[in-house]
Amino acid sequence: MNGISLEIQAGEIVSIMGESGSGKTTLLKLMTGLRRPTSGEINIGDTDITPLSERELDKVRLDMGMVFQYAALFDSLSVYDNIVFSLVRHRKGITKQQLDNTVKTLLSQVDLDGVEKLYPSQLSGGMQKRVGLARALAMEPEMLFYDEPTSGLDPVTAQTIDTLILDTRSRTGVTSVVVSHQLQSIFSISDRIAMLYQGDIAVYGSPEEVLQSPHAGVQQFISSIRTNAKQL
Amino acid sequence: MDRSSAAEKMDSRVDKLESEPLNGVFRRIKLAFDAALLFFGETTSLTLDSIRTLFTEGFDPADVLRQMASLGVDSIVIVLVVTVATGAVFAYYTAGLSLSVGYSGFVGGSLAYSFLNELGPVLGGVAFAARVGASIAAEIGSMVVTEQVEALRAMAVSPIRYLALPRILACILMLPLLIIIADAAGIWGGYYFAGLQGVAHVDFMNSIYTYVKPGDFINGLLKAIIFGFIVGIVACRQGLRTTQGATGVGRATTSSVVLCILLIFISDVFLSQLLTARFVQP
Repeated sequence: MNGISLEIQAGEIVSIMGESGSGKTTLLKLMTGLRRPTSGEINIGDTDITPLSERELDKVRLDMGMVFQYAALFDSLSVYDNIVFSLVRHRKGITKQQLDNTVKTLLSQVDLDGVEKLYPSQLSGGMQKRVGLARALAMEPEMLFYDEPTSGLDPVTAQTIDTLILDTRSRTGVTSVVVSHQLQSIFSISDRIAMLYQGDIAVYGSPEEVLQSPHAGVQQFISSIRTNAKQL
Repeated sequence: MDRSSAAEKMDSRVDKLESEPLNGVFRRIKLAFDAALLFFGETTSLTLDSIRTLFTEGFDPADVLRQMASLGVDSIVIVLVVTVATGAVFAYYTAGLSLSVGYSGFVGGSLAYSFLNELGPVLGGVAFAARVGASIAAEIGSMVVTEQVEALRAMAVSPIRYLALPRILACILMLPLLIIIADAAGIWGGYYFAGLQGVAHVDFMNSIYTYVKPGDFINGLLKAIIFGFIVGIVACRQGLRTTQGATGVGRATTSSVVLCILLIFISDVFLSQLLTARFVQP
């Protein structure tokens, strides 16, 4: 990636789309400090996170939640322990009753009541992603980062996840950054869309602005996905 | 350059070299030299990070105890089998030799001296490396390739504190305990088989009292602490630098065992001289 400039307002849902291998996930990991850029700045609020040490970054990350492409649930822990993982480490003095209530509320929000005692291997892919979202919401973050939240899911489950992303924003006001190449999802949930093309941002604007972009790479990407959808 | 990108770069260089025809001894030597430098650099970095984490953030005793229990249960059987068998075979040969020259008063002493100083910690360490080193590298490696380690970092939880430190401490604390059991098991194996060969049990025990000093036992425990550290740090490093999915997990597991065993034997050469000649006189 080279020369990327992107500004995201608080409370927005911004999607980053692009071809496979275009660097969408890398950009997401740069924003969360999981990867370091070779040059440039990444500002979260007024803080440039690029020169921060891992420990200093941890303080910034307390305001972030991340939903991973394959959920990345801790497979040796139950759903309950996955969800409370951050809370027991970062909220000293939190009671068992508070943890129980939080897990119950979060699982209800992602429509997975009663799975607390199950382990990740006992859940379907869609359920794992929803538990991943519940885990990311546990610390009540100001920013949520979704890495391909609907890829590999059937259309019904994908729509459920899209609805969850929208509901979560309207309930908590969280700023959301979604990496995806699923056009239907992107255009149904995003306030603004950035298209990565050949290591740069080809277009960044509202869904309408992206659809009307004269950029050849953008039009090629959109039309190829539409063609594939029609063939199905 | 962060640890994962350095690992990816080295792996891609190895893959590129393996896909090409043999193209020069010097290039292969240079690659091996680079890999060795990377290994020592990353291992030193992980060691320093672990020490810094230990003194600045502390550790969760429950995590360490859980790891100790798991590692101990995992490795006790293989350690016992290896040491009892070695003690028995050692006694079998030395008893036969000693009885052939008409003097059996050396069998117990030579066996116990060898076991406490060398065979117990080294054989126990190698068995521990094979069982525990592989297990740690595979577990952490799987967590890396399924993004669980990145999930830890995203949740502001240090993988060093949560994954590496409890395992390293558990290895350092558990291996000496296993070695005490291994020493006893090995000497018992020798005691039993020497008896079968015709060495009187009283002679066997008197020989131990004559030739073995408490310093021998301490030497072995100090070695076990160092070997435990080697297994813990190398296995965690190999696991944390895993790349390339399931193949990478297999590669990390194998290399962890190989490196642990090599380092145990290499460090044993120096430790034996240091401990025997410098610090603890037998």
